[in-house]
Formats: sequence, C-alpha cells, structure tokens
Amino acid sequence: MPARLRPSPALGLVIGLVLLLACGLFSILYGLMEISLPDVYQALTQFDGSPEHFIVRTVRLPRALIAALVGASLAVAGAIMQALTRNPLAAPGILGVNAGAALSVVAAMFLLKATSLSVYAWFAFLGAAAAAVAVYLLGSMGRGGMTPLKLTVAGAALTTLLSSITQGLLVLNERTLDEMRFWLAGSVAGRDLSLFLQVLPFMAVGLLGALAMAKQITTLSLGEDVARGLGQKTGWIKAAAALLVVLLSGSAVAVAGPVGFIGLAVPHIARGLAGTDYRWILPYSAVLGGTLLLLADIGARAILRPEEVAVGIMTALIGAPFFIALARKGVRQS
Amino acid sequence: MQKLEARKLTLAYDGAPVVEGLDLTIPPGRITALVGGNGCGKSTLLRSLARLMKPRGGSVVLDGASIQTLSTKDVAKRLGILPQGPVAPEGLTVRELVAQGRYPHQSWYSQWSQEDEREVQKALCATSMLELADRPLEALSGGQRQRAWIAMSLAQGTEILLLDEPTTYLDMAHQFDVLDLLWDLNRTENRTVVMVLHDLNQAGRYAHHLVAIKDGAIWAQGAPEKVMTEEMVQAVFGMECRIVEDPVTHSPMCVPVSRAHRLRVLPGKKDPAKQG
Amino acid sequence: MRRMRTAIVLLLLTLATLLVITINMGMGEYPIPPLDVLKAVLGLGTGEYDFIVNTLRLPRNLVAFGVGAGLALSGAILQGLTRNPLAAPDVIGITHGANLAAVIVIILLPAAPLVALPAAAFAGALLAAAVTYLLAWKGGSAPMRLILVGMGIAAVVHALTTMLLTHGKVLVVNQAMIWMTGSIYGRSWEHLYRMLPWLLLFVPVALLLARHLNALQLGDDLARGLGAHVERYRLLLLLTSVALAGAAVATAGSVSFVGLMAPHIGRRLVGPTQGGLLPTAALTGGLILVTADMLGRTLFAPIEVPAGVITAAVGAPFFLWLLYQNRNS
Repeated sequence: MPARLRPSPALGLVIGLVLLLACGLFSILYGLMEISLPDVYQALTQFDGSPEHFIVRTVRLPRALIAALVGASLAVAGAIMQALTRNPLAAPGILGVNAGAALSVVAAMFLLKATSLSVYAWFAFLGAAAAAVAVYLLGSMGRGGMTPLKLTVAGAALTTLLSSITQGLLVLNERTLDEMRFWLAGSVAGRDLSLFLQVLPFMAVGLLGALAMAKQITTLSLGEDVARGLGQKTGWIKAAAALLVVLLSGSAVAVAGPVGFIGLAVPHIARGLAGTDYRWILPYSAVLGGTLLLLADIGARAILRPEEVAVGIMTALIGAPFFIALARKGVRQS
Repeated sequence: MQKLEARKLTLAYDGAPVVEGLDLTIPPGRITALVGGNGCGKSTLLRSLARLMKPRGGSVVLDGASIQTLSTKDVAKRLGILPQGPVAPEGLTVRELVAQGRYPHQSWYSQWSQEDEREVQKALCATSMLELADRPLEALSGGQRQRAWIAMSLAQGTEILLLDEPTTYLDMAHQFDVLDLLWDLNRTENRTVVMVLHDLNQAGRYAHHLVAIKDGAIWAQGAPEKVMTEEMVQAVFGMECRIVEDPVTHSPMCVPVSRAHRLRVLPGKKDPAKQG
Repeated sequence: MRRMRTAIVLLLLTLATLLVITINMGMGEYPIPPLDVLKAVLGLGTGEYDFIVNTLRLPRNLVAFGVGAGLALSGAILQGLTRNPLAAPDVIGITHGANLAAVIVIILLPAAPLVALPAAAFAGALLAAAVTYLLAWKGGSAPMRLILVGMGIAAVVHALTTMLLTHGKVLVVNQAMIWMTGSIYGRSWEHLYRMLPWLLLFVPVALLLARHLNALQLGDDLARGLGAHVERYRLLLLLTSVALAGAAVATAGSVSFVGLMAPHIGRRLVGPTQGGLLPTAALTGGLILVTADMLGRTLFAPIEVPAGVITAAVGAPFFLWLLYQNRNS
C-alpha cells in the first residue's frame, strides 16, 4: 500500500494564512457603510479624515484584528488544553477562565461602578487567571497531583459556582445587568485599537510561548507516564502549559468576553489537517481559529441585519452541533 | 440440566463480522474456558451467549429455545453473566450488591421475600463473604471485591454462570483464589461455568472443556489434554511453545519458547523441556 | 441494619421539615407564634391569623417543599442513571430548555396570560430533554453520550437565551433573570394545585422504579444480565426525572444546586441503594428549599433574596467540599 498522500503541512499553512487575510479583508469591507478596497488602502497609507477612512481606522480594522487574534488565541489555548488533559472534549473554558472573568467583571461593575471596556479587560484577565489557578490547585489536590479527570471535575464545579454568584449579582442590580449583558454574550464589536494594544503583549507572549513549547506538548500528549519516561519534567511542563492557556484565554476573554467553542472545535480540524505533531497543530490552530472567528463575526453582523448578534452566540450556534457530532462519534458505550 | 448452544452464530459490531457461522455446545455441569489471542472474538462470543449482543445471524439456544425469543427475565433466572471490570456505585455494601442478584426474581408487587434473603445469605456463605457483608465495596481488596461480584451472580440462582476474564487486575494468589472458588461452585453446586481466560495454563488447570478460538472461529475444542498442543498454540497464539505436564495437577502446561532462547531447543540439541 | 437506619432518617427529616415550615410560617413582616400557626393550620385558632397563614404562607411553604423534593428526586434519578455524581437536572438540558421557553414568554410575549409561563417552561424542559435523548441515541442510549449531547444542547439553548436577553428591554430582562434564578415569592394554592398532579403521579412511579435503577446503576451489561430491560427502564426513568424537574422548574424557575446537593446528602445518610435513597433525597430536597426560602425572606428583610440565590450560595461551597472529599479518588 502506498503511503497516504498528504500535501506538505507548510503548504497548507500558507493556504490558511491567505484565507485568514482574505477573511480579515472581507471583515473590513463588510458593513453598513460601503467601503471599497482602495478606501482601505488609502485609510492606512494616506489618512484624509473622510468618514470612510475614519471608520476603517477606528472601527473595522481594530475589530478584524481583535477577532483574528482572539480566535487564534482561543484555538491555541484549546489545543494545549486537549493535549494537557488528553481529552478531546476539553476547552479553555474547563479551567474556569470564562466564568472567572465574567464574575470578576460583573463584580467590578457592581461594586466599583467601573464602565470602560479597558477596565473590564483588566478585571476579566485577573478573574480568568484567579479562576484558572484555583481550578489547577483544586485539580491537584490529593494523591497523584494534577490528573486530567480531577482537573475537568474541578473546572466544572468552579464554573457552576462562579456562574451562580454572577447570576445572583445580576439579579440584584438592574443597571449592572443592563451594562453587562452585552459583554457577557461575548463580542468583538465596539473595541478600539488601544484595547487591542492593551492585550496584544499577553497574546503575543502566549502564542510565541506555545510555539516554542510545541515539542514538549507533543511529548506530553502521549501521556504523563510516557513523557516522564522520556525524561520530561512533566510537573513543570504541565504548569507552563497551563500558564500559556491562562495567558491566551485570559486575554481573549478580557477583550471579547466569553466566546465558546473555538477552543474546542478548531484543534480537531487542525489535527485532521496536520496530523499529531503539535509543532504543526499549534500554528494551524492559530490560523484556523482566527479565520473562524472572523467568519463568525461576519455572520453575526449579517444574520439580523441591521442589528448585530453577539459573536459568542454565533460560535455557540455553529460550534454546538459540531460538539454533538463529536460526542456521538467518540462515545460508543458508557 | 440447562443446555447452552450457539448455532451458526454470526456476530458483528459496525463493519465486518467478528465471528461467522460458529457452532458451539457448552457441556452442562462442567467448566468451559474460552481462550485465544487478543481480538479473536472470545469476549464477543461470551457476550452474545449472555444475550448482551444481538447476533447478526444464527442464534444462541438455551434449552432448545432461542435466547432472543425468551423474555430477558426468564433468561436471567437461568443464566448469569459477570462482565469484565464491573463498577458499583460508591458506598454500596457487599450485602446490598449481592441483593441486586435477586433482581430477576422480584416484581413490582413482591419486592423482597424470605427466599431472596435466604439466597443472599447462601451466596455470601459460599464465597466466604459473610464477615465482610456490611463493608462498602471500595474498602475491600481486589480479590475480595471480585468474590463479592461472584456472590452477586450466585444470588441470581442460575445454573449457568458466564464470566469475562474474572481474574484480570488480580495478583497471582487472588487469581487462584477466584478460580478455586469457581471450581468449588462447579463441584458442590453443579453449576455450569463458562469463562474467558487470558492465561492458557489456568485454563488448562481448571477447565473440563477448552475452546481455542482464532479469528472468530473455533480452532479446536475438547479436554485440555487434547486441545493444548504445540500446534494449537502456534496456530491460535502465533507462538512457539513446548507442552509439558504440570507437576502439581498433571494437566498440560504451556511453556513458551521465547525468541531469545530459541537456540537452546534447536533439534539435535538437548531439549530442557523433555529432561524431567 | 441499613433499613432501620433509613426509617429513622426519613422520620427525622419529616420532623425537621415540619419544624422549619412551622417556623417559616411564623416569621415575616407579621410575626406569629408557632403555636398559633399550628392552630390556624388545623382550624383550631381564633381566625385572626387564618388569612396570613392559610392563604399566604402555607401554600408558599408547600410549594417550596414540592419543588425541592421534585428537583432532588429528579437529580437522584439522573445521578443513578448516568452513574455520575455530578449529574443534575441541567445535565440533559431540562433547566436550559425551561429557561429558554420562559425567556421567550417573558420577553417576546409580555401580553401572554400568567398560566402561559409555567406551561411553556414545562414544555421547554420536556422538549430539550427529548431532543437530547434522540440525538444521543445510536443503537442505544449510553449514559456518557447523554451527558455530552446534553452539554451541546445546553450550549445551543443557552446561546439562544443569551441572544434574547441581550436584545430585550432591560425591565423584562431583569424579570427573566429573576425567573431563571428561581424564587418561591408569591406562590399560591393555585401554583401548588398545578404542580401537584405531576408530583402525585411521578413520585410513586419513581419509587416503583427504584429497583430497576439499582440494576442500571451497575452498568448496562450487568443490568441486562440480571434481566432488566435496560433501554425501556432508562427511558421511563428519564421521563420521570424530566417530568419531576419540569414541574418543579415551571413552578419556581430553575433553582440551582438542590438537584445536585440533596442526592449527595441522601447517599451519606442512607447509602446508594435507591429504595432508601430516593425518598431520603426527596425529603432532603424539600427541607433544603423550605429552609432556603426562609433564609431568603428573613436574612435581609425587608428585601427578599430569591431562594435560588440562597441555594447557590450554600450549594457552591458544598460542591467544593465534595470535591475536596473526593480528592483521592
């Protein structure tokens, strides 16, 4: 039998990048105000203050950049989570980042009357990080340290807990509810360039760190005992990988609110295209995640035009059927 | 005595059949062991004998009637099955577990009778679990836990008992402890025992009837002395071996010729296996 | 041994519930001494307290008890069926389905009659569970697949709910949020009468099915080997669970953690055998919700905290404690 023909992974990555750029461009062009390709070019090179240029620079471009970067971060975080827990249904949300960010932002709004997206971002990041650390510690209690199962259970438990408190706070204060409900649905709308620059360092460190650790992550994905047998200091690698997940998903939720299913679905597509080596899976995840979130965001603007649906809702509506199909395929017997 | 047979049995999961057109008669009142390599279909066969798996073709016949046509409760009164690695809910005591064995004898109007109580007591006695009866399962050793599960199957009160690898995950002493228990049950209560075993030598020791399975078909069956041959092991397990007499039970014993030591038993050289 | 213990536990739980209900009926803006409460309930009083006790406070307490018992029983059944101690009525989409239906009624159909809300919630719960069950079916209904598919359905339903919540007017959205948190506020005899038939039908059914649930708890293969009709009883048990949780959620909104907590406490008290566990869990759930309602009414009086917030506040630490207990398994 001849080996199965697979186009070289590098070529696929190039195609993916082209696709990402195309989607990004389309995202900038698409909207209520007609904007042409030359407008975009001129807005970037020779800004003249016209409404078209203004919209490109302050609304459309930041939005596209944020969508691409958030999608990439979530997908890479998801891929690492799946390798770390060896559970194909794992996603960054399992570490409690979304629930932690939501509670933190709602509490900040409720107690400190904070209102700007950039303040939300800090609180969201802190909340996400705190929740992730708590889940990691809870999942490491007892014999044998952190195990995937304990981590998953701890994450589910803490998520339920945090969301209940969030809901309680929202019920108690109508103004908080009114302010927060859009943020809580997950959205990339209305973000400006400064917000993008605020989270960029975290995401950049997370993405580059993930690529640098790809080899160790591949080894870890073979299972903890095997990895240790191959001479890996698994405790450190696991902690470092978890830290990367926190950086990536924490900054994603900070800028866009809770956006689900990208972290779950994209790594599967990436594995299908790139095989089992995380040195390829991670860049594929990044490119595909960015593309998918851009597409979801375009869809979110198109579906109820002229009104917008939150992108977090779009990803759930697209992603959940995928999740169900995966569950049906993967689980034969109890 | 209840008689269990497979007639022209074809079994399949999603794709190609695992077992095709297989005929097998389980000798009543005896211990039958199914042996074979990984994935040869022995566990699948056992599951279908216990009607846990619907055959694609042919039938499993219990006392002249196809098992698929009998009511499942009716079958459960005559035939018990202990699957591999069963899990009980946390906190369940041995007695509560064994009481579950009475399920097929109950109905919505008679939930628990004197007879149920007696049978549970008997099963606990037969497996020497009386003293541990009120302990939760997770507080027991692996061997004791397996005894508790066997006790549950006994309380079911069936003449035929099917077991899927009852000795997995047990250390050697506990393995023999469980097998001895099954042996006793067969002798004193005349129960028909059918089990899938991984260890060929244990099968040779404890089985009256040995069934060697390869690629979903019976390669050989009969008394261990007849079935356990060097050719059979070569064909069924793909492994070279010598068959010697077990110094304790005088049953046949398979001693593998591992590749690393093949040189020593080349023809013409002195064969260490035939010295004693 | 265990049977004696179960009887004692059930008796103590009943007494505790009666005690809390009596105290709860005496508390509030208009305090009434416990003895007078009892006299009013039994019709032996002077008639002075009859309206407050019999028309306002008694039905509210009975509703709280019924809702708690229904949720607990539903949770206990699901935990047994899925062999997963973390399962709760949300697992197969029940609560999310009820939420979506209720939010649709509250936000999109504000003119709908009052009866529409519980009816829609009940239908939503049933529909979500049915879709979950059907999508999880693949030549059989493996418990793990039910849980996973349920998670997926919950995500879709939750996304739709969020969509409505983000686009509705904030006044009705707040109303919807309160409904989603769960509250016993202002529940009357009418609410009780609407919930009661479901409880009267399905509580006995659940108890009759306990034996089969015991068998199913051992895993599909063993249950089948014991002669149980696995798929038939799983469907019946699921249906019972959905009906109980649906009736409860329709009456009081989705009160969280009761369906998760009560069965755990029940197991600690009487062990995992369902014949004893189901009634114990039901009484425990009723007691929890009656107590939560009492705390919600009195802690920050005159502001009433929804009972659902109280159960979450108590349930969440309980959850963590549970996790800590199981840290080595």
